[in-house]
Amino acid sequence: MPTENLLSIQDLVLHFNTQKGPVQAVDGVFFDLGYKEAVVVLGESGCGKSSLAKAMLRLLPRNVSKYGGKVFLEGNEIMGMDEEQFRQNIRWVRMSLVPQAAMNSLNPVLKVGDQVAEPMIVHHGVKKEEALVQAAKMFQHVGVPVDFLDRYAFELSGGMRQRVAIAMALVTAPALVILDEPTSALDVLTQANIFNVLKRLKKELEVSFVLITHDIATSSELADRVAVMYAGQIVEVSDAHRFFNEPLHPYSRMLMASVPRLRANQEPEFITGQPPSLLNPPTGCRFAARCPKRFAKCTEEPPVYNVSDIQVKCWLYAS
Amino acid sequence: MTDEKRDVLLSIQDLHVWFELRRFGFGHAGYVKAVDGVTFDLHYGETIAIVGESGCGKTSLMKTILGINKPTKGKVVFDSKDISAFHAEDLRQYRAKIGYVQQDPFGALAPFMNIHRILEEPLIINGIKDPAERERRVRKVMEEVKLSPVDDFLHKYPHMLSGGQQQRVVIARAIILEPQLVVADEPVSMLDASVRVEILKLLRGLQEKYKLAVIYITHDLSTVRYFSERVFVMYAGNVVEKAPVNDIVHSPKHPYTEALMDATSDPDADNALKYRELPAGEPPSLVNPPSGCRFHPRCPKRIENLCDVEEPHDLKADRHLVACWLYK
Repeated sequence: MPTENLLSIQDLVLHFNTQKGPVQAVDGVFFDLGYKEAVVVLGESGCGKSSLAKAMLRLLPRNVSKYGGKVFLEGNEIMGMDEEQFRQNIRWVRMSLVPQAAMNSLNPVLKVGDQVAEPMIVHHGVKKEEALVQAAKMFQHVGVPVDFLDRYAFELSGGMRQRVAIAMALVTAPALVILDEPTSALDVLTQANIFNVLKRLKKELEVSFVLITHDIATSSELADRVAVMYAGQIVEVSDAHRFFNEPLHPYSRMLMASVPRLRANQEPEFITGQPPSLLNPPTGCRFAARCPKRFAKCTEEPPVYNVSDIQVKCWLYAS
Repeated sequence: MTDEKRDVLLSIQDLHVWFELRRFGFGHAGYVKAVDGVTFDLHYGETIAIVGESGCGKTSLMKTILGINKPTKGKVVFDSKDISAFHAEDLRQYRAKIGYVQQDPFGALAPFMNIHRILEEPLIINGIKDPAERERRVRKVMEEVKLSPVDDFLHKYPHMLSGGQQQRVVIARAIILEPQLVVADEPVSMLDASVRVEILKLLRGLQEKYKLAVIYITHDLSTVRYFSERVFVMYAGNVVEKAPVNDIVHSPKHPYTEALMDATSDPDADNALKYRELPAGEPPSLVNPPSGCRFHPRCPKRIENLCDVEEPHDLKADRHLVACWLYK
């Protein structure tokens, strides 16, 4: 099983210690991802999406209280590796990250070319000249003119900076890139442009993406698979075609119904109530309090059911 | 609804808002032409949407309407009075008639004031001396925006509320003086998808109930049709297309509007299979905008020797007014 998929996450857990008690930011996340595929992790703010990215790359803050589960990348279990092994062989070598608000994550006092080249120097030990050649190649892939290598971040527009951040994640030719809200701060046209770039990269460079976002409409631009996250847990993992036509979990359905559409005469509906606090999440199904279809069973934690290859964590699919 | 004869509430006449650039703090170095010749009328109880990318001048336009920026040329006429002639006292009274819903609710609320105090502030400034009356109006407006039970929220501070609740407080503050016009600057762009719709529906409900005129500023075309009657599309300081909302959505006329529509996705798995066609390049600098039509360097349909020479103005095409030579 772990060998046929690029990535397989099983029961990933990341809890933080706070003064008020443990925050269960990531609590039993699972999904698989094939080669040259993109999975979209959809969820509202505060559902643990960004913590998931951190857990996958082991970029952990100090107040972690519980961190566990299994992550297979290209058939190797990476959670058991020690820190040095992980740094040398995984982080930014096989798996890299485009952080949230990446356009503001560039160093203002370094030329963007040097920043893009740096992972090559650190991880592959090449000379700076060689690394810059590789950086120039990446610039072409993401559609930034090569003479921008010598510019500083403030000389580039938002869209260009975002492309540079993507180039930086791709320069070491990783198999998997995690994109954390890559376009949420950008204009419509720039957003569409970045997605064109990502689609092309997926084909040309044979890279897989984990796209973390709350924007359902634009996420469909890249998705092969969809994983819906709610209150730290995955509630549905589905194929994109089936998900965007008819999601199964009540939360996914309501989320889809809340999307304003440009081309369809459909009045959007909102979900009443708020997601539960991750400090002390309810026992049983975490969505039960807001769910129109809840019944007695929902006070118990639902298992994950497999409904013709869609995994859904809901009692409605018990039979 | 647009065909009804209604009186004009706000009239923008050939408005120019330019910001001077200075070299070393004093030498003149040109102007940023943020708003460059915008004209439109807003009627009582009408909702319009202004759509455009960042840097197209929509915020400068809004600030001029609010009386924060002074127009360089042209006029803003509210209720048949020119607001640039207002002095401090007139301006205060004028601002009591317009509500402003900010983009970032957390940034817009003073962190050291509780909700009660935040909502009371405009009443105090506008001379409502009776505390019982103020209390009554604060409670009423909180019910209006569905911050209930009111007593649970009155003594909370902004950081204790979720993003959607904070935005409700901002809306409550904007309507507490019973304004005639509300300017909403990207009121939902910082909120989650499921909350967005809730806030938009709340705003629309209030608009219908109080017959408010609303200017809804956004970059997201997919929300305008749930909210506004007419849409104005702005590009590089100009309004390039004005039309009723359904006409914009079903048959955009200006090539820029078409591009915006094409770039907006609906959730559909087939999106992943194709590339979107987009105009090349980026919006021009407003210090030195292109001659003629400002969109012509990026326009796929440009007519040589016309679009790059002469500036198009509102040309009629069906129920649209389009600043594009294609409709000559």
